[in-house]
Amino acid sequence: MHTKTLTQLARDLKARKLSSEELTRAYLARIERFNPELNAFITVLQEQALTTARAADACIGKGDAGPLTGLPIAHKDIFCTRGVKTSCGSKMLDNFVAPYDATIVERLRQNGMVLLGKTNMDEFAMGSSNETSFYGPVKNPWDPTRVPGGSSGGSAAAVAARLAPAATGTDTGGSIRQPAALTGLTGIKPTYGRVSRYGMIAFASSLDQAGVITCTAEDAALLLGAMAGFDPRDSTSVDRPVPDYTAELEHPLKGLRIGLPKEFFDRGLDGRVGEAVYAALTVYKKLGAEVRDISLPNFWLSVPTYYVVAPAECSSNLSRFDGVRFGHRCENPVDLMDLYTRSRGEGFGAEVKRRIMTGTYVLSAGYYDAYYLKAQKTRTLIRQDFIAAFENVDVIMGPATPTPAFGLGEKTEDPITMYLNDIYANGVNLAGLPGISIPMGFVDKLPVGLQIIGNYFDEARLLSAAHQYQRETDWHTRIPKGFE
Amino acid sequence: MSLTPDDVRTIARLARLAISEQDIPRYADNLSRILDFVAQLDQADTSHVAPMAHPLSSLTQRLRDDVVTETSQRDLFQENAPQVDAGLYLVPKVIE
Repeated sequence: MHTKTLTQLARDLKARKLSSEELTRAYLARIERFNPELNAFITVLQEQALTTARAADACIGKGDAGPLTGLPIAHKDIFCTRGVKTSCGSKMLDNFVAPYDATIVERLRQNGMVLLGKTNMDEFAMGSSNETSFYGPVKNPWDPTRVPGGSSGGSAAAVAARLAPAATGTDTGGSIRQPAALTGLTGIKPTYGRVSRYGMIAFASSLDQAGVITCTAEDAALLLGAMAGFDPRDSTSVDRPVPDYTAELEHPLKGLRIGLPKEFFDRGLDGRVGEAVYAALTVYKKLGAEVRDISLPNFWLSVPTYYVVAPAECSSNLSRFDGVRFGHRCENPVDLMDLYTRSRGEGFGAEVKRRIMTGTYVLSAGYYDAYYLKAQKTRTLIRQDFIAAFENVDVIMGPATPTPAFGLGEKTEDPITMYLNDIYANGVNLAGLPGISIPMGFVDKLPVGLQIIGNYFDEARLLSAAHQYQRETDWHTRIPKGFE
Repeated sequence: MSLTPDDVRTIARLARLAISEQDIPRYADNLSRILDFVAQLDQADTSHVAPMAHPLSSLTQRLRDDVVTETSQRDLFQENAPQVDAGLYLVPKVIE
């Protein structure tokens, strides 16, 4: 049953071909068997999952089940989960038990979903390889010597290895789309403001957005519909109706205008990934879409802009970890300053410290205008490029990452090399647009992803474009060897 | 842009981070490389560009009615605190 999609499992539950308890037991058994080698989960909720599953079965038995009732899911360990350790991949929160549920955790719980556990991630979502986690790196199920991407690396590895039929993730600069691409999955980052950030531990508040990692676009549509929507507890949540994403999946692609930015195909891109993009475009043309060459002239500014804006916001957000109210506290502090500095020095890992210090520097007196204000202006230029492009096209397509999954330890020495892995992702977050990555083939026997970027609140179009591609291709059905 | 070990000590102090002496050269190198990288932004002409703080610029801060929406959950929240006494958070003595 683990080879089925979330949508297929939903049908089987509804038809009483299997119970939620059987399904949950099957996934828990796979986690027990494979997690020691993959390290995809930080916490497994065996007892709680079975209790929820039995309650779901009772619901289904009474005939008052919803479309998600009894379906298992895994949450990235960035989402506060009441009564459950919520570590954010950090030693700082190794002892933290969340006193409340994040809105999306609450919504999926109310929909009857069964929480299998909390997935591994880069510390505070800062990383592109899952190697910055306090709990150790996650292995890519396609090749255990390679990274699964990050920061939602545990979620991606768990779904790719079929230890969960779907998982949540967050995307501040590519953290859903890049791991989805590197593990052969579908990953959507919605428009900024579409999904509530309440209870999602903050990294960079003007960029953070929650989404899902699934096997298919159809599954993503099912989940996103339940997660999205206005939340008064998030001040940047947008009060706007949520379309029926599942119903929109069949919207015809005839006449769809696809923009192909020439800047995405410059140096830095593995030519074989570029070839895979052109092959995917052939499928879209067959479906009636039209491809137009476009330009995003300020694209080259996106990674440097991101590495001013994101660290600046991170240094501010992470100032809440003070060793006083929750989180790690050092032993025997001599005074308050010692308590702050040693608790933070011990609680945060190297990458988080680098970003806090970068952010502190760019916001400090005398440097603010040169770095932070400048980056806010280049951010405007990046957004204007996208707005201009969307006057002539409906979606933008290109590679999700420059290369397939890289080796563990390969990019840990030089932060810039690591940062450039998200070159096609960062600009989308800076503009606040939705983006999805879907499997489009293999390079060196490793999956590569097609990124589709949409206009504001155009998730339905992204999902339907992804879904119809998936009806013509079978890349998304491939399961890594040893996990079939 | 090349940060000196003293620059790193200053930044770490501002950020309230204890960094061990042996790690200072590595942070100096890493942070210098990051600052060199982001210095590319200088090449962009932004003389007539307004800064952007937020993706949804049309969005104004939402206000809600001034009514009580939260109940006190102090005991629950303090379960995560390193040290509390009688509902108070304990820290080292601040005033002699």
